[in-house]
Amino acid sequence: MMNPLIPLFVAVPLAGAFLTMILGRFITAIPRYMALAVLLFLAFISFWSLVVGGDGSSVYTLGGWEPVDGVPIGLYLVHDGFSALLLCLISLVGLLSVTYSVSYMARYTSENYFYSLFCLMIAGMNGVVLSGDIFNIYVFLEISAISSYALVAFGVEKNELEATLKYQILGVVASFMILFAIGFIYWSAKTLNIADIRTVFSAGHDNRYYLLIQLLLLTGFGLKAAMIPFHAWLPDAHSSAPSPISAMLSGVLIKAVGIYVIIRLFFNMFEVTEGMSIVITTLGALSMAVGVFLAIGQWDIKRLLAYHSISQMGYVVMSVGIGMILMARGIRSEVAALAITGGIFHMLNHAAFKGLLFLNAGAIEYSVGTRDLREMGGLAKGMPVTSATSLVASLSISGIPPFNGFFSKLIIIVAAVMGRFYFLALLAVIVSIITLASFMKFQRYAFYNIDPGKIRNDIKEVPAPMLLSMITLAVVCLLLSLLALPGLRETVLSPATDILMDQLKYSSQITGM
Amino acid sequence: MTVYWLCFILFLVGLYGVITRRNLIKIAISLSVMEFSCFLFLALIGYTEGGAAPIVDTADPVKIYVDPLPQAMVLTAIVIGLATTAMLMAVIIRIYRKYGTFDIREINNLRG
Repeated sequence: MMNPLIPLFVAVPLAGAFLTMILGRFITAIPRYMALAVLLFLAFISFWSLVVGGDGSSVYTLGGWEPVDGVPIGLYLVHDGFSALLLCLISLVGLLSVTYSVSYMARYTSENYFYSLFCLMIAGMNGVVLSGDIFNIYVFLEISAISSYALVAFGVEKNELEATLKYQILGVVASFMILFAIGFIYWSAKTLNIADIRTVFSAGHDNRYYLLIQLLLLTGFGLKAAMIPFHAWLPDAHSSAPSPISAMLSGVLIKAVGIYVIIRLFFNMFEVTEGMSIVITTLGALSMAVGVFLAIGQWDIKRLLAYHSISQMGYVVMSVGIGMILMARGIRSEVAALAITGGIFHMLNHAAFKGLLFLNAGAIEYSVGTRDLREMGGLAKGMPVTSATSLVASLSISGIPPFNGFFSKLIIIVAAVMGRFYFLALLAVIVSIITLASFMKFQRYAFYNIDPGKIRNDIKEVPAPMLLSMITLAVVCLLLSLLALPGLRETVLSPATDILMDQLKYSSQITGM
Repeated sequence: MTVYWLCFILFLVGLYGVITRRNLIKIAISLSVMEFSCFLFLALIGYTEGGAAPIVDTADPVKIYVDPLPQAMVLTAIVIGLATTAMLMAVIIRIYRKYGTFDIREINNLRG
């Protein structure tokens, strides 16, 4: 089935970015409504594609270049179960961040540049998620990366500039590694199409650089995803950006350009091997454990949240890695499916609750004017909505039922126990408990700690658009837990798991063989 | 094969510069060196011994051509590299205005 809407996912935000930039020079109110309209449209078509697309993949050939002798030439955009979920995530969190920005960004100058870069970042991420061609992934990755460098520096103060410098130098090095890997892939496979590369590699043709390619790609995308040995840029960049951008960076950017690509390439482009899956699982377990220990000592709210992003992404990678190990051994494929489903589910949940937490942190900064937990206290009285929504998000991230984080963590831990990875299951439980402790600290110091010396009665709740975004995300946090129910899980999460589990389905659907 | 090793050495020279230099401008130059080693590598992949420019010549069906795809990739990558370098330089100029120095050791507000 061919979905005619696929190119719109990239074309509409790209056009929006340019029009916003040009029209915003003449009429100041246009950029925000234009960005809102673009994101609203994207949210609509992404959910429509998720519902209508079902479990089939649909392929769009840019420029209509048909395959020659069964070998795909030209650029492919692939919309399947896994990318559909990511597209919904990007447009939903993007839409709510733009709604939030309408009030939040009023303090900054040159709003038209902000909305233009925002649309450009969305276009880049949608492109990465949809692209079926490894060089195109690199191009879209750079589009989203360059706009995110600019957005992190949007405040142009000392801290923002330092953060963006670190982010940029590490990001550029990561891009070169990816480019080198693409060069090696083209050298040994003579093709750039992911599905075709899979066919060529599994035919056993010239595999000398196989390991080098895998390690270069893992390092490059690991840097983009901020896995633990490569995490140095993340806490600075995510805490210095304006809050709606922090929500986008932590909520979707590290998933779309980091985790998603790692999962996609290591399942659908390379054959799953035991050695590489053990490396990936170790990276995940390390990020999960070290991230949370780095987080617990932080007093800056946004830095604390940024370190928790590393830790939660560790859960996703570890869980997918467990699935990969079981697949490579060829045993207990139902447990492998459970582990991969748990990982993808946690990725969706993390976007909802971490986006919400960063928006809460922005709301606190907006009203109180500080990000230091030690200078707050008793905010629950002045800001009831922010307090309530952040409680929802904190309970979700710490894995308390009935919120979404509980179900995905439960699936991950159950899968680890069933796959006989008892140590990893124990580690996941311990990390979850430390996360709970860390968020109890956040709640207590920010909202409940009544210190008579610094009680403030001048704290007011933030404007309506910001409240609307936060309340919507809190509802999403609750609704996502419904995905754990048997009926919904099969229709929403299983197509994504299937496309990853079925080793040959992806490439055979695209090359049409 | 030697030329590939030279290309790799160029990459390492760039990496060495990024790690050891303290002046931001020199770091930016080192990043450009790394970038161009990547571009050289891509261009080398497409090279065929004795190949002609890839314009199909119907009169001579056995003519050898160089691979045009890596050349297209290099052109795209050069454009992207230009954008990244411009962005990096813009940030470095802003940093100079705020901190009054190019020394990376003195740009250390963020910790932890």
